[in-house]
Amino acid sequence: MSNDTATEPEQSPAPASPVKEPAASGLPSWAVQGLVSLSAIVLALVVGAILIIVGDDEVKAAVGYFGAAPLDTLSAAATAVGEAYKALAVGALGGMNPIAESLTQATPLICGGLAVSLAFRTGLFNIGAQGQLIIGAILAAYVGFAWHLPPVLHLVLAVVAGLIGGAIWGGVVGLLKARTGAHEVIVTIMLNYVAIYLLQWLLTTTTFKRPGREDPISPIVDPNAQYPQFGDTRLHIGFLLALLAAVFVWWLLNRSTIGFELRAVGANADASRTAGMSVGRAYIIAMVVAGALAGLAGTQQVLGTDLPLTDGVAATVGFDAITVALLGRGTPLGTVLAGLLFGALNAGGLQMQLQTQTPLTLTTVLQAVIVLFVAAPALVRSVFRFLPKERGIGAVLAKGWNG
Amino acid sequence: MKKYVRGLAIVGAVTLAVAACGSKPAEDSAGGSANKDFKACMVSDSGGFDDKSFNQTSYAGLQAAVKDKGLTEVKAESKSDNDYPTNMTAMVQAGCKVIVSVGFKLEDATDKAAQANPDIKFAIVDSAPAKPITNVKPLGFNTAQSSFQAGYLAAAMSKSGKVGTFGGIKIPPVTIFMDGFAEGVRYYNTQKSKNVQVLGWDDAKQSGLFTGDFEDKAKGQNTAQNLITQGADIIFPVAGPAGLGGLQAAKASNGKVNAIWVDTDGCESAAEYCSVLITSVKKGMDVAVQDAIVSVVDNKFDNSQFIGTLENGGTSLAPFHEFDSKVPAELKSELDQIKADIVSGKITIASKAQPKAS
Repeated sequence: MSNDTATEPEQSPAPASPVKEPAASGLPSWAVQGLVSLSAIVLALVVGAILIIVGDDEVKAAVGYFGAAPLDTLSAAATAVGEAYKALAVGALGGMNPIAESLTQATPLICGGLAVSLAFRTGLFNIGAQGQLIIGAILAAYVGFAWHLPPVLHLVLAVVAGLIGGAIWGGVVGLLKARTGAHEVIVTIMLNYVAIYLLQWLLTTTTFKRPGREDPISPIVDPNAQYPQFGDTRLHIGFLLALLAAVFVWWLLNRSTIGFELRAVGANADASRTAGMSVGRAYIIAMVVAGALAGLAGTQQVLGTDLPLTDGVAATVGFDAITVALLGRGTPLGTVLAGLLFGALNAGGLQMQLQTQTPLTLTTVLQAVIVLFVAAPALVRSVFRFLPKERGIGAVLAKGWNG
Repeated sequence: MKKYVRGLAIVGAVTLAVAACGSKPAEDSAGGSANKDFKACMVSDSGGFDDKSFNQTSYAGLQAAVKDKGLTEVKAESKSDNDYPTNMTAMVQAGCKVIVSVGFKLEDATDKAAQANPDIKFAIVDSAPAKPITNVKPLGFNTAQSSFQAGYLAAAMSKSGKVGTFGGIKIPPVTIFMDGFAEGVRYYNTQKSKNVQVLGWDDAKQSGLFTGDFEDKAKGQNTAQNLITQGADIIFPVAGPAGLGGLQAAKASNGKVNAIWVDTDGCESAAEYCSVLITSVKKGMDVAVQDAIVSVVDNKFDNSQFIGTLENGGTSLAPFHEFDSKVPAELKSELDQIKADIVSGKITIASKAQPKAS
């Protein structure tokens, strides 16, 4: 079995589809998927533009006298959309600092997305990246501020602590699934609650509370335990770790024996069992590694960007990671690209709000609509008729639920 | 394709019909723009400016200052804790003269920005730097004082001999209300030799009922219902919008259960529940923020900590509104006496959540 993994072609995890799918277009499937994703982004921008127009005060004022000067409404609408999207683009990509900010925002999303992607490929729907991230952040922060060690060593230990924390939180899920058949969706959701309430409780203890303060906020980690930053920007080497993690996941899935088993189990657990693989072992391994990846995202929150441990340390990264993984279609490269896109939207969104006072929630809407369209390729095709048919991510998703 | 065309036509026709009336307004120059170059800025915490709680109240203060002095307003809403450093940097780059940050979570970002930009003035709500910084003015509120009055009032008004409270998240800006409330009830018991119980908060053990967030109204309603089932007939929810669920539970009791609101005068901010609100514990963040900004405009800024108290009106009990006739005159004068005693120091409040004077 293990001999032929090295030569296994990319699409092998879906042996259930023997016929080559995008026959009509002649395009490779990755190109089709890319086109669908791009179309989804375009559609989302259109939806966003409508929302900007509807919400803009000047447009509303101009609509009031639409009959008298219809062009005013149009120009007001165009200005509102143009300025908002310009601020979004400039805030995300317009210069070194914005780009650094986009990459900073993307960093935890990439790691979290990989945690979800890896589980997807093994047929598991990991809703628990949030909890795994929180536990990773707790341990990394504790090592970061409670211990005082020399440079390099301190950072390495803090990161390892974060990885272990996430791996344990994820591993519990894999173990329960393998041993008792407990559904990973239920278990991960519940463990998210356990993690956040554990964090809230810890922050009321003297061990975690910042000396001299009553607020639930931890000290900031020692400088020795912080990821070195690039110049004056907030970008830190955690970003490089995220890219390395993506390479590792690619290698694990596509070049290793274990990865072959994971994909096989993800494609068809029963067939894998018949073929002599241990399905339970695959679940445990996948969830341990996924948990560690989410834990890495946790370390990036507390060791990377000057943030202390608070009850909001995870923000919504663990849940955004699910959409990143969906948009990235469960592949490491796709997850990196999707993470970068969402990071850019987050960074640009802050600038858009600042310059045009467009509410920050608009970027959330954009992200949601993009994912909505990606998850429903048929919807995108009904608008963009020229898109060829594809074998969508639906297969991966459905497997996740049926595990 | 025809369908789309028809759809477009309908949309167009409707738009025209709606918009046909009205004429283009003449260009009018904005009045009162004396200080248009002066940018007054605010960064919210992750609750956002529409949280019906402290972000929103603080923002009202910014708006008042902007209107009063003809300033330019810039605001940055934070969606998550990740956004604080970024938003703070963006505000500095935007050329703000004064930056108000809302909430203790922004303390680190505020201190860092303040130290790097000594020319910009900062004010922070509900927090204070560990060591005073020359250009940061902390805005604190000793709401334990007015909550003490509220506790006394609740104990006096309770028919069942049980009053209840619950919080959003166990943080000092929340527990300070609950501490003051519990101490006020205890003061009533010693004064009147009664035994009114407080459900939902034990200020000695610092443990009690919390909904876990400030958003979930249903949870607020359940929690309040829980207190009502245990016999409480006056509810004191300290949970922002989630606390509205508590008012809902009180209203559903048809007059058996009443409530006391926090932060703002509930009869103004949540008027639909005015009929069950005996009073509210006001936390004057809007006034404090406005004063801080105006002080910068007038070149009178100083970094001494502002603490809103009963004495300076930074916190107070709101009017009784519909309960004005139901609260006995004797009780009203007792409340005034308590206020005087707290101001004079005759009554001391033990709550550790009170902002420390620097």
